[in-house]
Amino acid sequence: MTQAEPAHTLEQHIGAWREFLRRRCAIEPADVAELEDHLRGQIAALLDAGLAADEAFLVAIKRMGAQDAIAGEFARAHSERLWKQLFAAPDGAAAAGRTAARREGIVVFALAAAAALAVKVPALFGVAMMGPDAGFYARNLGLFALPLLTAYFVWKRGLDWRTCGWLALCFATAAVVANIFPFAPDANTEVLLALHLPIALWLAVGVAYAGGRWGQSAARMDFVRFSSELFIYYTLMALGGGVLAMFTTAMFKAIGVDAGWLVGQWLLPCGAAGAVIVGAWLVEAKQGVIETMAPVLTRLFTPLFAATLIVFLATMAWTGRGIDIERNFLIAFDLLLVVVLGLLVYSVSARDPGAPRGPFDFLLVALVISALIADGVALAAIAARISEFGFTPNRVAALGENAVLLVNLAWSAWLYAGFLRGRGRFAAVERWQTAYVPVYAAWAAIVVVVFPPAFGFG
Amino acid sequence: MDIAKDLVAASATPLVLAIVAEGDTYGYALLKRVAELSGGQLQWTDGMLYPVLHRLERHGYIAGRWGESETGRRRKYYGITAAGRAALADQRRQWQAVDAALRTAWFAAAPAPG
Repeated sequence: MTQAEPAHTLEQHIGAWREFLRRRCAIEPADVAELEDHLRGQIAALLDAGLAADEAFLVAIKRMGAQDAIAGEFARAHSERLWKQLFAAPDGAAAAGRTAARREGIVVFALAAAAALAVKVPALFGVAMMGPDAGFYARNLGLFALPLLTAYFVWKRGLDWRTCGWLALCFATAAVVANIFPFAPDANTEVLLALHLPIALWLAVGVAYAGGRWGQSAARMDFVRFSSELFIYYTLMALGGGVLAMFTTAMFKAIGVDAGWLVGQWLLPCGAAGAVIVGAWLVEAKQGVIETMAPVLTRLFTPLFAATLIVFLATMAWTGRGIDIERNFLIAFDLLLVVVLGLLVYSVSARDPGAPRGPFDFLLVALVISALIADGVALAAIAARISEFGFTPNRVAALGENAVLLVNLAWSAWLYAGFLRGRGRFAAVERWQTAYVPVYAAWAAIVVVVFPPAFGFG
Repeated sequence: MDIAKDLVAASATPLVLAIVAEGDTYGYALLKRVAELSGGQLQWTDGMLYPVLHRLERHGYIAGRWGESETGRRRKYYGITAAGRAALADQRRQWQAVDAALRTAWFAAAPAPG
């Protein structure tokens, strides 16, 4: 019995140490297993050298190093886990963290309020949201909230004056471009500008988000992750806002007051602008919550989309039906590629780059390849009849987008397939995705700046 | 003698690559080999080895696989890759250049002690 007891307490010690290490967010269970193997090896050697069990344990722990420092190193080696380390602040820093969090809360509240009010500023000058001036709001959509979102990151990351200057220049240029063109009434290029300007400006947000690390692949990946997480938060907030708007209208109706103007003129537009800032702050502050949700969503929808696409292709091949070319079918295929690319990028950003290939990787490649085939068939169909349709701005924009997405997906599929065949590394897929980020913004900028004059503002 | 932290950190990559190039190994054995090679002069905090290993694995210089130890515990073994050998050769050239420069400098400063 006395023989067994030291071994028993040693196991308890190791168990406690393991539990403690597991709470470090930057250290994954596999890493803990690896460290535990090391610790046991060290203890065995020390026991052989004649130390008592508890002495051996203490010496081995001491040689292993401080858990804080190890966790920090792990986070640096796996930069995708870095933010976890930032949020798992040691107890001593908790008080300082609380003050910083309160200050951040104030800044976020001020910026969100500013974004909400920015939407109402044009109204002071008699530009109404509805009616003939609706185009003004559409064109300037990105300019209400995005500069303030950028300001949030400028503040948070402490950017230098030079970068701030460039960012300010970007937004100023965007504001001039959005308002200088003499659009014809109901111009297609005006709609295209309204749709593409926020995409182009999103790059400026990215530069601010990266905080001087924009050149690094890891920083861009963080931004991609941030964008998709913000998208989820924003969707959730939009759902909540919709419910709130419905209740407001219905309750005031019950007492015979029409609250439609309050909802339509204030609640929805101001809320939509303010929610961008609040959403970004939530992503920054509560990353742990979404991080468990996003991979689940991708894993849920990737098989469904892959199955739909494969069944679609099989049906098309089986029945021999060509794609029926309608007015908006190219847009539909663009959207399909966006969804597939979104699933791919999201999976890439959530994936542990060191993990070995698994069934999900094959599924993802199957999804991308079937999307490529479907899009190829669609493009072939339109290429045959493009002269008949003519080059309208909408069609050129849709074709350009298709090309941008197609190039990305085709090369991603190639790299991913290389990884699956064991020829390449997963990091290549990651690097390609992050290197491609500016291309979207560049194409959007072309649509914004070149299209209106090229198509005679029609 | 305490070797400066920066120097320990800088020499970690070539040292780990060189040891893994000797044959597949795991963390604890690797650290023992480091102590052996340096005559106990080069002391690493044990836990710090693993982030270095993971970084090298991510760069594709070494490849890790899970296996079992003699006692049946889960253990992660590392082996060198072709890219790792190339990196090692490159590191070796760099360190030899530094070493050659230092040797010349020592000789010029204090010709042949003893």
